[in-house]
Amino acid sequence: MPDTVQQNGHGEGAYNYAYLDEQTKRMIRRAILKAVAVPGYQVPFGGREMPLPYGWGTGGIQVTAAIIGRDDTLKVIDQGADDTTNAVSIRRFFARVAGVATTTRTEEATIIQTRHRVPETSLKDGQILVFQVPIPEPLRMLEPRETETRTLHALCEYGVMQVSLYESIARHGRIAKTYNYPVLVNGRYIMSPSPIPKFDNPKLDRNPALQLYGAGREKRIYAVPPYTSVKSLDFEDHPFEIERWTECCALCGSTESFLDEMIVDDTGKRRFICSDTDYCQERQDGQRR
Amino acid sequence: MSDIALGLADPAHDSQRLFRTLLDAFAHPGRIVSLTEGLAGVGSLSPAATAFLLMLVDRDTPLWFSPDLDSPIVRDFVRFHTGAPLVAREVDAQFAFLTLRRAPLLDGFAIGTDLYPDRSATLVIEVPSLVGGPPLTLRGPGIEHQACVGIAGLPASFVAEWSAHRALFPCGVDLVFVAGTELMALPRSIAVES
Ligand SMILES: [Zn+2]
Repeated sequence: MPDTVQQNGHGEGAYNYAYLDEQTKRMIRRAILKAVAVPGYQVPFGGREMPLPYGWGTGGIQVTAAIIGRDDTLKVIDQGADDTTNAVSIRRFFARVAGVATTTRTEEATIIQTRHRVPETSLKDGQILVFQVPIPEPLRMLEPRETETRTLHALCEYGVMQVSLYESIARHGRIAKTYNYPVLVNGRYIMSPSPIPKFDNPKLDRNPALQLYGAGREKRIYAVPPYTSVKSLDFEDHPFEIERWTECCALCGSTESFLDEMIVDDTGKRRFICSDTDYCQERQDGQRR
Repeated sequence: MSDIALGLADPAHDSQRLFRTLLDAFAHPGRIVSLTEGLAGVGSLSPAATAFLLMLVDRDTPLWFSPDLDSPIVRDFVRFHTGAPLVAREVDAQFAFLTLRRAPLLDGFAIGTDLYPDRSATLVIEVPSLVGGPPLTLRGPGIEHQACVGIAGLPASFVAEWSAHRALFPCGVDLVFVAGTELMALPRSIAVES
């Protein structure tokens, strides 16, 4: 994140703790409580635009800014990695505007802001996972009109989603969706889990951590409280399945993590390594000891 | 104006800590949390209710007080620290502060709509104590198996009233019970049995 963001945020040049002014934080905090009370429902929130490009994950940043405090330890991951430009920028941003400690260790973090992954390491009661969400509406690709999708959620009328998944099975012999795979939360609302691989969907189910989802462009916040049922949509004859690899991680040997395929040398040789850099590093350190 | 009690000593940090405690309570219904920012209660409001008010209420959130909590001291405090509009009808309130003297307890407040269930009231209810009352079992989001609570002073009719109210889900009000500096949340998603 550019250094100019902090200075440009406020007309008066006043300094706000954690970047947002207190009124904006109160508004987001009220929306978060509604989101927790109605799991999976997308709560609209108002407020002014954040002067950040949307690709930075403004929704996640707004949620984190509204909850973070000096006692927190923040971890930020992008595609599972702590060391991407985006993750490093967001971590530095909050270290500066909120004076928080940062970490790459999943187990040390009180708040984990993430794009595109859920950590492999199990989360604990008291931790908060903040997802950056590009498109909060799971029905958007099937129904572009907001008034219509809102009505479908209100009526719990999710046939259109079932039909779409079944068409995928008819065409491909299986549900082709591998990212942003829709889930049913607490038996009531269909929710977009954000573009995480479907590999991560089972981790959302009955997780002891609180999950908060922020969408900046559409100004929506939704939540999954701890220990809440999150079910990936499927059919009896086509049950939900996660990705499997025949390889193990070339660095730590894990057979249980989400693997990225990497080209490792000039000859085009391919290897598979963990997408979750902290998990992989911890395992390698453990093996060295 | 000189009689108006002080608000939060360090508003940004105090309200952040208070909010995280409140969020912990909402994320774990039935869990008793303590709001410990050194606030005294204002008028007939407990310290916990006063903390709740200072952290979440502002000029965008219409407020309603039950007659037994309403007083010039409370009104002056709210005007001075929050600027929130005080409404005469409970249905217009986004936050309502009341006691268990109200019967039926939950009737008359905004419950949102099927399209916008978030357009609903949060009720902050003063009780004598969060423990020692009739045992109730809570189940639902935020609770691993079940939570057992004993809110003192709850009328016997509460379980039936809550269960009828819960049939309106996702519409409904969310409850926050307060006693002294302590607080317990009961979001609309939670099933209550005696
Ligand atoms: Zn590995």
